[in-house]
Amino acid sequence: MTSIAKPKIVHEGLKRNALGLTVRDYEGGMSTLCAGCGHDSITAAIVQAFFELDIPPHSVAKMSGIGCSSKTPAYFLSASHGFNSVHGRMPSIATGASAANRDLHLFGVSGDGDSLSIGIGQFTHALRRNLDMVYIIENNGVYGLTKGQFSASADVGSKAKRGEVNKQPPIDPVQIALALGGSFVARSFSGDKDQLVPLIKAGVRHRGFALIDVISPCVTFNDHEDSTKSYAYAREFNHRAIHADFVPPAVEIKAAYDEGEVLPVDMHDGSRVLLRKVAKDYNPGTRGSALEYIRARQRNGEIVTGLLYIDESEPDMHGVNATVAAPLNRLPYEELCPGRDALLALQKRFR
Amino acid sequence: MGKQQKSRVNDFVLKIANVNGTGSASANALLMKTVFRMGVPVSGKNFFPSNIQGLPTWYEIRVSKDGYLARSGAVDIMVAMNAQTYARDMQEVAPGGVLIYDSTWPRDRLLSRPDIEIIGVPLARMCNERFTNVRTRILMKNMAYVGVLAALLELDRAVIVELVKETFAKKPALIESNQQAIDLGFEYARANLPCPLPLRVKPLGKTAGHIMIDGNTAAGLGCVYAGATVGAWYPITPSTSLMDGFKSFCERYRKDPKTGERRYCVVQAEDELAAIGIVLGATWNGARAFTPTSGPGLSLMSEFLGYAYYAELPAVLFDVQRVGPSTGMPTRTQQADLLSAAYASHGDTKHVLLFPADPRECFELAVAAFDLADRLQTPVIVMSDLDIGMNDWMCRDLDWDPNYRPDRGKVLTAEELESAKAFHRYVDVDGDGIPQRTLPGVSPRGAYFVRGSGHNQYGGYTEDSAEYQQVVDRLAKKWETAAKLVPDPVIRRSRKGAAVGIVSIGSCDSAIEEALDRLAAKGIQVDYCRVRAFPFGKKVRQFLEQHERVFVVEQNRDAQLKTLLLAETQYPPARLTSILHYGGLPMDHRCVTEALEQYAAQGVAA
Repeated sequence: MTSIAKPKIVHEGLKRNALGLTVRDYEGGMSTLCAGCGHDSITAAIVQAFFELDIPPHSVAKMSGIGCSSKTPAYFLSASHGFNSVHGRMPSIATGASAANRDLHLFGVSGDGDSLSIGIGQFTHALRRNLDMVYIIENNGVYGLTKGQFSASADVGSKAKRGEVNKQPPIDPVQIALALGGSFVARSFSGDKDQLVPLIKAGVRHRGFALIDVISPCVTFNDHEDSTKSYAYAREFNHRAIHADFVPPAVEIKAAYDEGEVLPVDMHDGSRVLLRKVAKDYNPGTRGSALEYIRARQRNGEIVTGLLYIDESEPDMHGVNATVAAPLNRLPYEELCPGRDALLALQKRFR
Repeated sequence: MGKQQKSRVNDFVLKIANVNGTGSASANALLMKTVFRMGVPVSGKNFFPSNIQGLPTWYEIRVSKDGYLARSGAVDIMVAMNAQTYARDMQEVAPGGVLIYDSTWPRDRLLSRPDIEIIGVPLARMCNERFTNVRTRILMKNMAYVGVLAALLELDRAVIVELVKETFAKKPALIESNQQAIDLGFEYARANLPCPLPLRVKPLGKTAGHIMIDGNTAAGLGCVYAGATVGAWYPITPSTSLMDGFKSFCERYRKDPKTGERRYCVVQAEDELAAIGIVLGATWNGARAFTPTSGPGLSLMSEFLGYAYYAELPAVLFDVQRVGPSTGMPTRTQQADLLSAAYASHGDTKHVLLFPADPRECFELAVAAFDLADRLQTPVIVMSDLDIGMNDWMCRDLDWDPNYRPDRGKVLTAEELESAKAFHRYVDVDGDGIPQRTLPGVSPRGAYFVRGSGHNQYGGYTEDSAEYQQVVDRLAKKWETAAKLVPDPVIRRSRKGAAVGIVSIGSCDSAIEEALDRLAAKGIQVDYCRVRAFPFGKKVRQFLEQHERVFVVEQNRDAQLKTLLLAETQYPPARLTSILHYGGLPMDHRCVTEALEQYAAQGVAA
């Protein structure tokens, strides 16, 4: 993926986080995406989220597949290791990375082409494993790098730039995640940083698979009238059902809860997510009720956003496997090799 | 009539024709292990269908005082338990041989042969009278023929009693019933049949220091000893038992007895595309990781294999080869993935291959594969096959050097990164074509982007011709280094100056060894080079150059090993002759013996 090196100038007054780092330390190379691309706003939100979380950049591993969205890991966290995998296969790389080093913050960026067509198998199975990672889908309904073909998330009736109308029903990653037991299911809009930044922070702190589907308009191929993934459409039909505020572990929560309106969720690391209902009738309590609400609004062309479902109690892949707490890649060889005596004893079985 | 075969002690082939899903596996294993414990070299080949229950299955046991483990090419005793295949099973018996059948039901009179001895035993009737449960009756028929053979072949009954106890140690109730069935057969044979047969087993004392193990189990054990912590796989015949083995050894050696915590992680992936991805995600993070698969899985893994070659990530794969093309015959053996493994993936790619010849080498080369993959930062594919992987082979005891430590290659530590001026991922710092690498999470100074797209020696994206070529030319240099690091061939020389040589790989070995002995007995001298790795090292090239005629023995139709030799060495094509065996059953010595006898005869004529 292309990127242009960005000169690093740190102004004196620039705010520093608990690690003494500025937001510049969380940036990457200069984006080579089209001017106004929704993906760049998401990149900015990612930078801000990690800066505010006080996470050392080198403890993050950023991964992607192939496509415009998958180029973006070059544009944030330049001090993090990156893995630009093959098309649709980032979840398997993330699975292996997690298996080897469960201490890493795994951060995946994918697109609707990468995740919902060629990569739908890997996407759903990473979900099913409840792999401990953040998985962002930068969803614009088109294939950009190959010049504007519909993707599997394009809505019925949505018109392509050249006039073709999509007639196949869309695949909605949020509904898939709810149906398949996703433990953290969120949707946002690239133009809504207030909503997106706390969602990313909560996703990073969630233990398990945190899906954030972000409607991210393609200014070049899918931002016209009759597109349901345009800026104008997303702004008009964004239905913010539930807002998540992220509270880091050290901060005491003082705000009084308005019973029934704000729901605190304790994260495994001591941090807390406050769910604030925006739509009074939204019930995030069960997958079924969430799904039903989303489908009903979808029929009206509305895009329901927010932290739509969260279950912090589900075990992740390592929980199911009962893996030791120390990352496997740090176990000394002596703890892995049974030794000569064990080999000699074992062979009785084969005589 | 020639029915009476001359006495052949410890040198015959016993074959059991059965129906799959009837529990014959434990009966057959019992027979083989009894011979083994009596000190007589033995091998067993299982010819089974790709099916759960009801189709024909055969088990062939060769008893060989000389230690030949390949098939002999003949069957001396056939136990015909399957009416479906009775006619063809009878035809397969060598003249002077013996056929044992279940005489509970009348035998078609047309099915008889004057030149073999036919022995009827009412196995089903005896078991029906003794046992009440329907499933037990079926299972015990098999144990009953073990008893019959014990009497006919003079097998050591004490060994059998001990083996039954061991086999059913976890289900004590079965010990008694199985032993009863064996005794039924034994007593019937003693009372009614000419025991012992001229073909029989006599204690020999030639199996001490040996074990009987299958290659997949041995390879799985090798992965444990190599320190692999991550295994990813998608079940596929005939590789499945490799991961089963790894898991069960890990449960034994890598699970905390108090907490139940595991020092390993096995992921059963959604497909082979993901299995190889999981391996690469793990090795990117410095864990030793592997995936066992077979031909169709290897095809699916190709995209990521090219990625790993270009991005320079270690990976260990086991290709337990089966018959292709396509789905082919999943329960039959071949060596037909050589080319697709060597050059897997689009673009200029080459992969390191290792060729084990038996389970012991599966163990040893599994460990070597991890060291090579880490050292060379590239995938290493261990090319096993169904014959090695799934059959029990007699091989020398496995041993372990307590001083062994994994070679993790050029992985920079946090301290090294701190003291280094700069880290550049793809620069050839030492002149061997192998760059340095870093692991995520170790140091902010080690960050780089792993990418399958064009990159320069600093790891940055590039579309510049010169920068691109610099990296792929270094990869070619790394390939030359690989040729120096891979295991040497095993060379057997007849006498100095033999003009004819054999080059082969893997499971052809035991058949070739037997052929060489037979040829030597006829005064035909042939040298033999068993290649154990690709790229071919110096010793393979030298062997070729030292011989004016080289026969290439392999188990595929298209002479894939020969193709590799032609592509990667300068040896003149006209001097290579193929000996090909590719029907799917393990080879025997005959194709090699005959081809070389013929060649020798021509030489004499000329």
